[in-house]
Amino acid sequence: MEFHLDPRSGLPMYLQIVQQVKDALRLGLLDVGDQLPTVREVVAAIGINPNTVAKAYRELERDGLVVARPGRGTFVASSLGSPSVEHHDALRRGLLAWLREAQRAGIDEESIRALVSSTLREALDRRVA
Amino acid sequence: MSAPLETVALGKRFRGRWALRDCTLRAPEQTVVGLTGPNGAGKSTLLSLAVGLLEPTEGTIRVLGRDPRRSADAIAEVGYVAQDAPLYRSFTVAETLEFARATNVRWDGALADELLGGLSRQTRVSALTPGERSRLALAVALGKRPGLVLLDEPFARLDPLAARAFLQVLMDGVAETGATVVIATRVVTDIERACERIVLLGEGGVRLDGTVEELLESHRLLTGVRRPLGRIRGVEEIVRARHSGRQLTLLVRTNGPVLDPTWTVEPIGLEELLLAYMATVELPTPRPPEPSRLRWHG
Repeated sequence: MEFHLDPRSGLPMYLQIVQQVKDALRLGLLDVGDQLPTVREVVAAIGINPNTVAKAYRELERDGLVVARPGRGTFVASSLGSPSVEHHDALRRGLLAWLREAQRAGIDEESIRALVSSTLREALDRRVA
Repeated sequence: MSAPLETVALGKRFRGRWALRDCTLRAPEQTVVGLTGPNGAGKSTLLSLAVGLLEPTEGTIRVLGRDPRRSADAIAEVGYVAQDAPLYRSFTVAETLEFARATNVRWDGALADELLGGLSRQTRVSALTPGERSRLALAVALGKRPGLVLLDEPFARLDPLAARAFLQVLMDGVAETGATVVIATRVVTDIERACERIVLLGEGGVRLDGTVEELLESHRLLTGVRRPLGRIRGVEEIVRARHSGRQLTLLVRTNGPVLDPTWTVEPIGLEELLLAYMATVELPTPRPPEPSRLRWHG
């Protein structure tokens, strides 16, 4: 898999890598037994500090999602695919309907993004609190 | 434990003007440190002090545990690439590598070769592109297998693609050698890819010092309706305040969560954060720090 880093996200890069691996696990793009790219491969591909990659992999290992086999690499140890994956299609359809409604109301892309991210943050904050 | 680079209250004065003052920092073992700040903040002066080219006016500097002015051994273990990657222009790439092998106590030719990749060994330095020249200078510096690597403005003369390629070679070299690296740069675009710690120099001292995570965690953008500013719970310092129309945007350093519902609280990217700090630094005449750094723009 290949990592994409967003310097404007305000999220530390190692967490972006952690997040992308988890997303790939959730979406079924990575499965138990799959090998993650080696630290050197990631460094060569995207020119990032090797310690950052190692830190992300350690974090994933602590969560029990991957396991490091010395000299061989880092492998997926458990999946995050939850039963909810089967609901994705229905949720996507609901989201599309909502987006069409927003467009009809004349809301542009930027405002849609702002609305989605502020609502999401609010909902998450409430769940945490 | 002593760090590969350590300074305490370090200062350097040229003809009555302080180029660097009250600089206390450390680059811990096996980390990549981004040393940044506006032009004239003292970045190059600090590196020159670290390789013993300059004598401190006040304070102390230790390189690999030793005084760089008095220890040739310490300097031999430092890979230093000055601005413009100085190399002998009439040498070919192969001759440059041979020269490095002959003049260094420790030389890892295989590593230098690996870092140079497909670069033709018969090309003269004068015919190399800026990107290739920096790559060669870096390979020579890392080929020493140094404990400490000091790079002075490595990106300044490179276009974005060449800068990214340079970063890949550098990070590959770091993965291979585990060296501690200090990159002095005012180009902060890619700094987060390379660096785990950031030191920002300005106003005659260290203005910011921390891991990238600490810096991202402790800064937030607050947006709200324009109002007179009082104390905001959770805010340690207002770094920058901007308003447009009725909207007010603050960049703040926090000391706790900002829960005031009249502010929208968002994280800020490292590049924007560093640029904001640089804009608050007044140069070249250093002044004593003010209690409040609130400044208005717009």
